Amino acid sequence: MTQTNRLDGGQIDRNTSLSFRFDGRNLTAHSGDTLASALLANDVRLIGRSFKYHRPRGLLTAGSEEPNGMVELRTGARKEPNTRATTIEMFDGLEAYSQNRWPSLKFDALAVNDMFSNFLSAGFYYKTFMWPAAFWEKLYEPIIRRAAGLGSLSMEADPDEYDKGFRHCDLLIIGAGPAGLMAALTAGRAGADVILADEDFALGGRLNSETFTVGDHSASDWATQAVAELSSMPNVCLMPRTTVIGAFDHGIYGAVERTGDHLATLPEGKPRQILWRIYTQKALLCAGATERPIAFENNDRPGIMMASALRTYANRFAVTASQRVAIFTNNDDGHRTAADLHAKGVRIAAVVDVREDAPSSYDYEVLKGAQVTNTKGRHGLSFVEVSLPDGSTRTLDCGALGVSGGWNPNVHLTCHQRGRPVWNEALAAFVPGGELPVGMSVAGAANGIMSTYGALQSGAEGAAKALDLTDALPDLPEAEDAPIAQTPFWYVQGCKRAWVDQQNDVTVKDVKLSYQEGFRSVEHLKRYTTLGMATDQGKTSNITGLAIMAEVAGKSIPEVGTTIFRPPYTPVPIATFAGRMKGQEFHPTRLTPSHFWAKERGAVFVEVGNWLRAQWFPQPGETHWRESVDREVRQTRASVGVCDCTTLGKIDVQGTDAAEFLNRIYANGFAKLAVGKTRYGLMLREDGMVMDDGTAARLAEDHFVVTTTTANAVSVYRHMEFVRQCLCPDMDVQLISTTEGWAQYAVAGPNARKLLQKIVDPEFDISNEAFPFMACGNVTVCGGLRARLFRISFSGELAYEIAVPSRYGDALMRRLMAEGEEFDVVPYGTEALGVMRVEKGHAAGSELNGTTTALNLGLGKMVSKKKDSIGSILSEREALVEPDGLRLVGIKPLEAENKITAGGHLMNADGPVDAAHDQGYVTSAVYSPILNSNIGLGLVKNGSERLGEKMRLVSPLTNLTVEVELVSAHFVDPEGERLRA
Amino acid sequence: MSRPISLTLKENVCVHDLVAITALGGTEPRVDSLGGVTCTETPEVALASVAARMGQEINATKALAKLIDAPAPEVGRWAGTTVTAFWVGQDQWMAEAPFDSHEDLAAQVKATVEDAASVTEQTDAWARFDLSGEGIKAVLELLCQLDLRKFDEGSAARCSIHHVGCFVLCRSPEMVSLYGPRSSAGSLHHAIVTAMRSVQ
Amino acid sequence: MIINHPLLGPRDASEFTYLGDASLIDRPDWQDENAAEAYYEYGYLRDNPAGEHQELWYHEAGDRSWLVVTRNTLTHEISKVEMARDVARARGRSK
Repeated sequence: MTQTNRLDGGQIDRNTSLSFRFDGRNLTAHSGDTLASALLANDVRLIGRSFKYHRPRGLLTAGSEEPNGMVELRTGARKEPNTRATTIEMFDGLEAYSQNRWPSLKFDALAVNDMFSNFLSAGFYYKTFMWPAAFWEKLYEPIIRRAAGLGSLSMEADPDEYDKGFRHCDLLIIGAGPAGLMAALTAGRAGADVILADEDFALGGRLNSETFTVGDHSASDWATQAVAELSSMPNVCLMPRTTVIGAFDHGIYGAVERTGDHLATLPEGKPRQILWRIYTQKALLCAGATERPIAFENNDRPGIMMASALRTYANRFAVTASQRVAIFTNNDDGHRTAADLHAKGVRIAAVVDVREDAPSSYDYEVLKGAQVTNTKGRHGLSFVEVSLPDGSTRTLDCGALGVSGGWNPNVHLTCHQRGRPVWNEALAAFVPGGELPVGMSVAGAANGIMSTYGALQSGAEGAAKALDLTDALPDLPEAEDAPIAQTPFWYVQGCKRAWVDQQNDVTVKDVKLSYQEGFRSVEHLKRYTTLGMATDQGKTSNITGLAIMAEVAGKSIPEVGTTIFRPPYTPVPIATFAGRMKGQEFHPTRLTPSHFWAKERGAVFVEVGNWLRAQWFPQPGETHWRESVDREVRQTRASVGVCDCTTLGKIDVQGTDAAEFLNRIYANGFAKLAVGKTRYGLMLREDGMVMDDGTAARLAEDHFVVTTTTANAVSVYRHMEFVRQCLCPDMDVQLISTTEGWAQYAVAGPNARKLLQKIVDPEFDISNEAFPFMACGNVTVCGGLRARLFRISFSGELAYEIAVPSRYGDALMRRLMAEGEEFDVVPYGTEALGVMRVEKGHAAGSELNGTTTALNLGLGKMVSKKKDSIGSILSEREALVEPDGLRLVGIKPLEAENKITAGGHLMNADGPVDAAHDQGYVTSAVYSPILNSNIGLGLVKNGSERLGEKMRLVSPLTNLTVEVELVSAHFVDPEGERLRA
Repeated sequence: MSRPISLTLKENVCVHDLVAITALGGTEPRVDSLGGVTCTETPEVALASVAARMGQEINATKALAKLIDAPAPEVGRWAGTTVTAFWVGQDQWMAEAPFDSHEDLAAQVKATVEDAASVTEQTDAWARFDLSGEGIKAVLELLCQLDLRKFDEGSAARCSIHHVGCFVLCRSPEMVSLYGPRSSAGSLHHAIVTAMRSVQ
Repeated sequence: MIINHPLLGPRDASEFTYLGDASLIDRPDWQDENAAEAYYEYGYLRDNPAGEHQELWYHEAGDRSWLVVTRNTLTHEISKVEMARDVARARGRSK
């Protein structure tokens, strides 16, 4: 027999039968159920084991505040631990498992923890596992991890997709209960752009859980009609299944929409969840209130639930937790549950009301001035013990006990900008107060307005006020408007183990102990006992903990203070924050113009920032990358090689003050650079360190093309705009990046000119005489295509860089390869590029490491003293111009085959090897196939004066010592004859 | 003998024999249709940036107006006829024109604005994707932070799409052009098509 | 956060890159006899106010303008946003 606890009525679709499995048992449910309601319908009360003591636990609530009813949902890679059964929308084929139990839910070996509870009290981590220290990592922690815990991870990658999105509105309404719906109707009818978000799949909030009427309709019918009207408004965006998780600066809200969690399988390409960033003019928090429990002896048995949850299960889901129910309350709301359940045919064992003056009922017994003192039942509640005002006790047979200790407004989002709630004595609860996030106001129960009519009214007024509406408010329907007075009753005196925070197994005693041991601030209490931590963040426990603390301290609750809340409101999968930015899409990928060609050639690619660059081009038969790289270097130096250098930043600098501007940003001078010439430029930071280097080609009096390193293209452009706008606001200079616009290839080697003469149209003379080293200009290629030619060299060879519009880059590369066949042309990648620049002694990223000056790099003379340039003044600081400072040198091992290690440090040939005697370090190391030796570049104290000196290169981490000699950094062609050939 | 080689581009139309590829690497533009939205790679567009010289802002605005046969676009707008232009920054615009007839757009623009503005060829710095169909708003709200309520016909905005800096132009309520850096065309296209799949 | 760009209106702070104190506009005269000291102060000494702070933001994913944003470091309230170029001119940086 299934669904034995199903009642009549409700808002489920009885025509749709869904099957699901819990711990391997096949069960059935209806569309409109949550996993929680379906489990109750099937008389499943025991759902999990508690965190610390492994006590049997069931559901406490019917909403997202649930501390206990957590399961592992789905299987395989999609398994999700710690999922609240109360928020899981039922679908056909759902599979869920109880967690934190072994070997089975009903018999859990670690339930033995419960017997040792005296040792596991507040702060047990800190007390028990203090020493010996070495035991922590190896012994204590693994045991605790296994014993205490929640669900387990699948250990597989999440196969689902997650999106991010952005929405804008005039008014964001958070929560679609009576206040939220009325606010949305008011704002929507006035024409405002409204977003109405609610975490539930059914909009209506508590209207769906109550039996009273709104206007002429049942509460849920009124909600349905309101939703229908809102759906018809183009200016209103309804977002069910959407939790607003945080209120951020300046009216920005984070929201998680669960677009796929209620589906058995996601359609291909559809996101499971969407993380929305909602930009609002105003926001109205209509988050309602959460019922709070009363703590008493053994109040954590499955079947003991919030009274309002029992009402929700009965009215909305047509389910009762048991056929015989008792109520324990300190307020009238508990009686509503009794009345509603009674009307549905559920036996009411009694209503236990702590108030002497509690209302009576003809339908069931009310025990006035009574308290629940204990409960019994191994895997679920079977009876409760009640003490009566005359001192006698009663035992009530019941399978469920509804507890109501009053209501706490859901103030969470009001705290996200450090707003502190204030204590409201009449409600005996915290209500929003202090400074709310900019643009936020609060309506309904979240603002302490507990009646339905009050919620409708404050929703309408809240919307009108937020939007400055001048029209009359819409007519409000008649609705329940009972006054609320709450006399707090936090816990039953004299109990030994009464749970305050069921999720973290924190008892009344733990809270008191914490105080006695000196953890008296609320924040300390939280951390010492773990009260209010983990997935529920204490939604049902924080205030009770605080109240007990206040009692022990002999203070009022507001004197003790309150913890405030931070985002997210409810747990969010990490994957939702990642969105699409994972794997290959973690960052955008930039492809060079020759990428598709290089891929065809079988190039091995390397990530350089976001760029993918060809690292080398393996040939058939080459088994080690060094073979490819050595060949590329040899062939380039012997004949000609081609390398895609598009990734270098290119910035167009124009204007009548362009030359003056370059004088400012570069340490060396540019004013006198002739049109048609290129110059190496050294850029300093204002603190005198080298920022970047590159070239500037003067294409006209008022037009330069500046290049930057690949890595610094973005930051150099930003810096140039800073100088232009903030330091030289009246210079006539205009900047724009052209990095992407031109496919630029280095053509290097003794045959570079011969190859280019076959490409560049014959009317352009690129002979050494007409187009010497450092020349530049516009040319045409291949019969008329506009192109730019620069005679610059990074490799130290006779070299050019040729640029064409990017769309022709692929074709130009193929043409260069075809025309270069007679010269045995070789494409080379970034490795060969790196080898050749080290051979030539050119500084690059490893040397421009943010700690080096021009002087360090042997470029000190480039820093002009005759003009105002960024960094020139501070580069003169004493410590930076010490004669004993670091200088760039070449490093060669005495034995050619001995490897040089970048990052290794240089020590004198004799003497101690320690930091105090450090002489410098290696910045770059490569194997030079030209010198048949490992070589490197390094920065050595006074290095330029120590060429020829033998030193020790050490790397203590890798236990390496290599004898090396300091040499000129220019290993190849020190006189520069090749590049001028 | 050391003289700079000619700095003047040839006036005649290109007769070279290099074959262009699109930003996505094809010989033909890529077209993707999903649900009610079509994404079309649009390489047949020439671009040139126009930045007013200091003190020449009014002249530059007038020259631009002449070029596009319409008042120069205000902040966040685009305008024009055969040649159009969109606002990209203070006193700075991007001119757009059909590629076939305007491959040398930068030279044409420079001839019009003369010394009133700096002109830079931008044709291949960008890859363009045109989105059309009823569902483009749903696609765009997964891609960018723009307030689409205010993004009407004639709007032009710069924004970040999956960390790619883009221009977005609203051509009509059912047609939007996206310009992203050419090197990131693959990533941008992936983001667009992924969003189309999400909302289809 | 939202930065109300003087030209473009409200834009998400994620479109901007932060640099720091707007005193970076006040770059000293390189020919001043105390230039070394002045640059040291310019480069290294900053106020760290708990309250209103003028700071430089760059609209990297937007129109590439540098802005001077007056922001309260305690509340994040932004009370003023100006084009840095205008501020620079007002502070006498015109050549």
